[in-house]
Amino acid sequence: MEGLGLLSAATGLSHRVGALGRHPAARRVGEAVLTLIGVSLFTFVLLRVVPGDQITAAYGTAAGDLSPEQLEVLESYYGLDEPLVSQYFGWLGGVLTGNLGISATSHLSVLSMTAQALPITVELAVLAIGIGLLLGVPGGMLAASRPGRARDQISQLTSLVALSVPSFLLAAAVSSWLVDTVGWYPNGEGFRTLAEDPALNLQQMLLPSLVLGISIAPPILQTTRAAILSVRSEDYIRTARAKGVPDRRLQVRHILRNALIPVVTMSGLQFGFLLGGALVAEQIFAIPGIGRQVLLGLEQKEYAVVQSTVLVIAAMFVLVNLVTDLLYRLVDPRIRAS
Amino acid sequence: MSTQRRHGIRTIATGTVAITLLAAGLAACGGESSTADPDGTLVFGISADPAQMIPWTATSTQSIQVLSQIYSPILNTDAEGVPEAGLAELPTVSEDGKTYTFTLQDGVTFSDGSALDSADVKHTYETIIDPASSASSASYFASVAGIEAPDPQTVVVTLKQPDASFVSGLTAVNTAIVPSDADPKSLESKPIGSGPYQFKSRTPNESITLTRNDDYFAGEPGARTVEFRVIPDEQSMVSSLKTGAVDVAIFDNPVTAKTATSGQTTSTTVDSLSYHVLQLRASSPTLKDVNARLAIQCAISREDVIESAALGSGKPTGPITSPEYRSDPEAQPCPEQDLDKAKDYLAKAGKPNGFTLNLMTSQGLYSTAVDEAQNIQAQLGKVGIKVNVEALDSNAYVERWLAADFDAAIAMNGGSSDPNTMYGRYFTKAGSFNKVAGYSSPELDKLFAEGIATTDTDARAPIYEEISQHLVDQAVWVWLFTPEMYVVANKGVKGLEERTDASISTLWKASVS
Repeated sequence: MEGLGLLSAATGLSHRVGALGRHPAARRVGEAVLTLIGVSLFTFVLLRVVPGDQITAAYGTAAGDLSPEQLEVLESYYGLDEPLVSQYFGWLGGVLTGNLGISATSHLSVLSMTAQALPITVELAVLAIGIGLLLGVPGGMLAASRPGRARDQISQLTSLVALSVPSFLLAAAVSSWLVDTVGWYPNGEGFRTLAEDPALNLQQMLLPSLVLGISIAPPILQTTRAAILSVRSEDYIRTARAKGVPDRRLQVRHILRNALIPVVTMSGLQFGFLLGGALVAEQIFAIPGIGRQVLLGLEQKEYAVVQSTVLVIAAMFVLVNLVTDLLYRLVDPRIRAS
Repeated sequence: MSTQRRHGIRTIATGTVAITLLAAGLAACGGESSTADPDGTLVFGISADPAQMIPWTATSTQSIQVLSQIYSPILNTDAEGVPEAGLAELPTVSEDGKTYTFTLQDGVTFSDGSALDSADVKHTYETIIDPASSASSASYFASVAGIEAPDPQTVVVTLKQPDASFVSGLTAVNTAIVPSDADPKSLESKPIGSGPYQFKSRTPNESITLTRNDDYFAGEPGARTVEFRVIPDEQSMVSSLKTGAVDVAIFDNPVTAKTATSGQTTSTTVDSLSYHVLQLRASSPTLKDVNARLAIQCAISREDVIESAALGSGKPTGPITSPEYRSDPEAQPCPEQDLDKAKDYLAKAGKPNGFTLNLMTSQGLYSTAVDEAQNIQAQLGKVGIKVNVEALDSNAYVERWLAADFDAAIAMNGGSSDPNTMYGRYFTKAGSFNKVAGYSSPELDKLFAEGIATTDTDARAPIYEEISQHLVDQAVWVWLFTPEMYVVANKGVKGLEERTDASISTLWKASVS
């Protein structure tokens, strides 16, 4: 009888959840939560599958010199002696109550480390997207203005080259050229945040954001080009042209504005990637952002640091995608209407 | 502030002679065209944030570099790495070699103003011995029976049996003295030591700033402030040195060191006690026969490994690199590559056409580790030994190394001023790494026991010569070379000492102008 009661309660709940799941906003949130749980599980498992732990990471081969008593102390210190399930739920429970864990090397909470590193990466990503858009959108417009002709081919070739050059190589080449010619390398000075020293901060952000901007400009250029070409062949453009809309107005208000939708999508995706993927630029230019926080966590096998930071990055990614969806509505009234 | 300092360095550097790495005291000498700035800041570039901040847990290079400025071990080392007086004079050793008496210097204080006395030494050593501290330096104290502090200036350490290597461990940063009344937890974020500099502030993954300890017992530190700045990328470090943003950095890659050398900077090459080695596991079925191992030794040209894989940076070595006991690198069955002899050994091993050898390495060990494995693969191929190179992630490498799950491995092992510290743990039957080393013999056990019981250097030397000879005659491993390290410094930096292993324990003698 009890079992039946439970069953009916479960069915009732699933109906209710199902009803809720039909609401588009709730469905999006549900998907986001599932994604984040998936990411957290994946990170957790991956970290433990790869060889080594915090002890071997900290002691290297000298770990062999540790006595069994010392090993026991260390395993309990790092929480390695707990069963995996309780390690996971212990960490998840902490995260849900706002405790992202403590770094065993810096002895700071992952929350405070992230609070310091995240704004830096966001600044870098915003600047990089800005540069990517500044290069990519006009480039795409230029290419689309005479498809198949010289300026199109030159833009496409340039973007292909920009896409093919690895960012670390570009970074090394640009910085050593600047050092040797003008003796300028602001990233060797200690890092300053935008609030501490705006002038130095922007100098320090210039090279990494340029390198990242150059690497994301090509997909923006290609998307802009394709979108403009497709919009230009739409009936309403022909109509507008026939109605005598001035060319500049036609290009900007009618063609570009409609072509921007896929560009916004692309930029949103790139922004999401930059949050976690600015790692190379952060490492090369000594920018203490979130990518480096993950990398250092991986090197030191700091499980809590990696798990929590990856989760924060994933949450940001999900958030950026939501914001991108909202931006669509601003850019395209048709979506708003539907 | 830093821009002004950089400008200063640049203008003065034009008028100065190339940096000479000088011995003690010269930093204070005035009268040169550029004078030391007593208020100067010396920026030292490091590639990673120090992973440990309590002396006895220190294992990473960066931790050792930073902590060696804040803390003092009871003994120091000279430029070659040989123990000398520090907080205490060199100890007097009893007849039976079991009682070491240290006399501490008068008037030494910690950065919190409290006096450093024998109770602090006793407390520190007992904490290290306690398994609860998980000290990386615990093995140095393996033979300690008890520590007494009969008066504030005297420390008496009693050993269970004579241990001639005991003193060398007391020079390490991970045996440095901490105040007995300090909570270890608070030392993590607020170190209190008696070193030349005091902890001021730390921004994780960015920098650690130290200020001069005006009461430092060994002299007045040259720079008012030392900043350890984290710059993970080598190329970025080079750029920072060239623009004067960083004053000193250490590289192991000769090509990088060369690119960092400019009109503003000078590179100095220093030797190292560590050594690169092809570790063989004689207990593995493939390498059980000494002739198979000797074939490998004879087929390898160490010069070739140095020239083509290590970019010319190193000198051939035998097993022992300790300055007072150094092995003759030529004293081995095949000091030079001898392919005919290698083939003879292969025939004697009953494998005239060679055999297959699995060799593990890791890019994460040091920059040329994989290149060295590939070079050895090519060289051994000439006598029919087919080498399978496994390039692993550094954590995977460490795990398999510790589990002794390999036939052969490329490794760079740290050296020591004491030969027993170098090899006792590898090649004695009871040694903690004997399973990894894969070789022991009653003869070696006897020699090591004799070596550790003999405190007189002259009497010890022939014992370790015999050990060294045994190791190469049996081709237990194939010792390749000792690497060179490069200290690149801005020309405005004066008084930097040239020290083995690029140790910066005397960085305090340096000043910036």
